[in-house]
Amino acid sequence: MKAVIGLEIHVQMTSLKTKLFCSCPADYRGAPPNTHVCPVCLGLPGALPVVNMEAVKKAIMLALALNCRWVAEKVVFSRKHYFYPDLPKNYQITQFKGGGGMPIAEDGYLELEMGGDVRRVRIRRINIEEDPGRLVYTEGDITSSPEVLIDYNRSGIALLEIVTEPDISSPREARVFLEKLRAIIEYLDIADLDLEGAMRVDANISLPGGSRVEVKNIGSIKEVEKALSYEMVRQKSLLSRGTRVDRETRHWDPVRGVTRPLRVKEEEEDYRYFPDPDLPPIPLPRELVDAAAALLPELPDARMRRFVEDHGLRREIAYALAMDKRLANFYEETLKYYWAPRTTAVMLAVDYLGFLEKNKLRMGEDRLTPKLLAKLVRLVDEEVITPEQGKHLLFRVAREGVDPEEVVEREGLRALRSEDELRTIVRRVVEANPKAVSDAARNPRAVNFLVGRVMKETQGRAEPRLVRRLVVEELRRRGVRVEA
Amino acid sequence: MKAWEMPATMVAEMVREGSLSAVEYVSKILERAEETEPRINAYITLLKEQALRRAEEVDRTVARGEDPGRLAGVAVAVKDNIAVRGVENTCGSRILKGYRPPFNATVVEKLLREGAVIIGKTNMDEFAMGSTTETSAYGPTRNPWNPERVPGGSSGGSGAALAAGSATLALGSDTGGSIRCPAAYTGTYGLKPTYGAVSRYGLVPYANSLEQIGPMARNTADLALLYSVIVGHDPRDSTSLRDSDTRLAHVEHIDPSRLRIGVIRELVEDPVDPRVSRAVWSVLSKLESMGASVEEVSLPLVEYALPAYYIIAMAEASSNLARYDGTRYGFRAPGATWEEMVVETRTRGFGWEVKRRIMLGSFILSAGYVEQYYVKALRVRSAVRRALLELLSKHHVLAGATMPIPAPRLGERIRDPLLLYTMDVATVLANLAGIPALNTPADVVDGAPVGAQFMGPPMGEPLLLGVSRLVEEATRFRDEVVQP
Ligand SMILES: [Zn+2]
Repeated sequence: MKAVIGLEIHVQMTSLKTKLFCSCPADYRGAPPNTHVCPVCLGLPGALPVVNMEAVKKAIMLALALNCRWVAEKVVFSRKHYFYPDLPKNYQITQFKGGGGMPIAEDGYLELEMGGDVRRVRIRRINIEEDPGRLVYTEGDITSSPEVLIDYNRSGIALLEIVTEPDISSPREARVFLEKLRAIIEYLDIADLDLEGAMRVDANISLPGGSRVEVKNIGSIKEVEKALSYEMVRQKSLLSRGTRVDRETRHWDPVRGVTRPLRVKEEEEDYRYFPDPDLPPIPLPRELVDAAAALLPELPDARMRRFVEDHGLRREIAYALAMDKRLANFYEETLKYYWAPRTTAVMLAVDYLGFLEKNKLRMGEDRLTPKLLAKLVRLVDEEVITPEQGKHLLFRVAREGVDPEEVVEREGLRALRSEDELRTIVRRVVEANPKAVSDAARNPRAVNFLVGRVMKETQGRAEPRLVRRLVVEELRRRGVRVEA
Repeated sequence: MKAWEMPATMVAEMVREGSLSAVEYVSKILERAEETEPRINAYITLLKEQALRRAEEVDRTVARGEDPGRLAGVAVAVKDNIAVRGVENTCGSRILKGYRPPFNATVVEKLLREGAVIIGKTNMDEFAMGSTTETSAYGPTRNPWNPERVPGGSSGGSGAALAAGSATLALGSDTGGSIRCPAAYTGTYGLKPTYGAVSRYGLVPYANSLEQIGPMARNTADLALLYSVIVGHDPRDSTSLRDSDTRLAHVEHIDPSRLRIGVIRELVEDPVDPRVSRAVWSVLSKLESMGASVEEVSLPLVEYALPAYYIIAMAEASSNLARYDGTRYGFRAPGATWEEMVVETRTRGFGWEVKRRIMLGSFILSAGYVEQYYVKALRVRSAVRRALLELLSKHHVLAGATMPIPAPRLGERIRDPLLLYTMDVATVLANLAGIPALNTPADVVDGAPVGAQFMGPPMGEPLLLGVSRLVEEATRFRDEVVQP
């Protein structure tokens, strides 16, 4: 069954130095409560907002990267009114189409590759707006806490709101879309989306025959996929039992892995939007937008294509690299020291990412550098060591920051390539394991055992495939009928 | 000459050259305030110790041979909707009781940089909503000329303090006439600057797109002096004009024989009170006898200006006043939940006139009505601006009554809001158009002054100040301090 899914994504522009309308530092994470505040972001009477033009530039870059066909001719901010304690003015400065207001951009799209198909997800609009403060519950949550504290450090942080058309047809597609969006945002140096709460998603989903359900405030891309999958199962089972799916707003509980209905007001809220009279429209001449377009960096898709076409990488490997800006940069940096794209790409996209995941590390928290990696790749590429050795050495370099060339010299790790030398070892092993030799004709695992022994004797310095060939030859020479 | 009758230019000059002690002069002003306040109630906060300490500082600066600035020692009254660091900032409302801003308005910074002594925070209509200073939560201010009558509003405290001699200069704010109205009724000079000429940073907003802080004084030279201190571009106010600077406070020398004055017929004819019209004409005929050309012009749009003004002002007010909810500062009423507390705080904290405007403004901005009222009012506003600029292309300045009636008795107008609103018919034009306008005293009717209004082109303040000086020379109405 196909779902109809639309997303509303809020992204904090964490790369900005200051908040959207004041000069408070944007980097509020970990700061003591209410220390990154000023009269403007506290909404004190008489304080006035001044637009951070860097935020506007970033928004235009994103609009262009998302192929928006309409970019505003002027930046207009509107006020959205609702009463909530985390909102110091009881209105949020945002963008809105109407009453003279307008979003920064409309009518874009993002293309995804889904199992060989190219899928196009349309972008309805992009807005710039301010983040509210944060409510802190001393015990439990909003329903149970006896008191609520308010931290306004987050108040006024610049947000981008990206709204898609309901063009997404599965939870997995939602994840792929968000991963691609994340990559673009990182390429444009708008935000570090690994930061907690830097990306927040509202997702709406409906199944044929059901109503639209909105799931609010999902904190990560993985959680979006989980929440939507949960909703699909829930809605499917309701529909299969002939029960109605109500139009409602739900909340995702990531701990229990379920969505739950949110209590919402009966009547539709009227936000009374109107253009903020404290912020006169800022003209955006076409030349400025064109200039921004010229400054757009290479984006993930183009980079992936280049990796495939110019570096000869396999598509999946190229995609994995290109979708992670830092990893792709690391890759290209490594190539500057030693040109072996395919070996380098596999080592990074497979071995290195596996290492990071296993050790729960983020890039930069280990000790691998492009220079060290280049040395390591050269050792493998020039067959000084085997790829298997290379992989193990990579883990050591990442952990200890040692120079791979020195390690190979000092510890005598050069690959054993001399067939004569290896044959001597093979013969010794075969003679020492008569039982395995006699089993070998019936049981292929006995051959594996012998190969393993030889590998152990050589301390992993030999090429396993070569060793296997020599073992088979040796067995046949002794009249054991084994398959190659 | 008594200290409280001295012009500001004289005080500053004498303090700077050391022939007048700022402490002595400020003590006299404070004595005068002690004497007049029980009958007038011009101040919400009188800064006795603080003003004296500040005067001592000025005297010490002089003693060190340094220049304390162009307002050395001068006692300036500041309307209570302008932020002075650490001093209660009530806006004449109960809801801001106890709120002490942690920052200075830009104009206050400028006053302090020029050696001014802030003598107190003056009474005003609650959140500047009114034309009589009767809607203040801190009691009405009375007109020093005739305590049975109102001093005008909303900057009534500032006008009354000047007329009573409890301040030498005063700051007001003018959203729809709030400087010019009290200037007219207290026999003082008051200037509403070109929109954007003076920073609004630190002015508690009522209707952001209409209002300006402006100077009030007992003569033209003082008016220009205070204006020269507060005028200028401010990067903290996005609506501030880039090319605003002290040149705007220059008093242009005018050859009366080359001056062309357009008298707006609608502002001197019925329903304008004939006693007011007579006073305005007497001023104009004096200018005519000096050689100026005086020609009647018509502005039929006057009829639509007042409703357009109130629609825009109320819409903006309903948004600006949303932030007063008892959560962060000011008055807080008890409540079992946050919502209850907010409702109770706003119910008890705001007066009737403020509530009326919040409700009307919320209605105006609500979905389905915003186009019908707000957007339409913006169109009227553009039409008014075009019509005024058209008239100003043929005449140097436009003239008419400041207020259509002589100063009402306390209670006379406040009962009927529509009657109250029609008082602003002549003043709102300049606010809608963003052009400068000024009141000069014209005559005394029923024991209280009435005023003539002059409007100029954008950035036409030097011209208006020049006309003001001509009027002052012709009427000899200057430095009037009355014994209440
Ligand atoms: Zn701030």
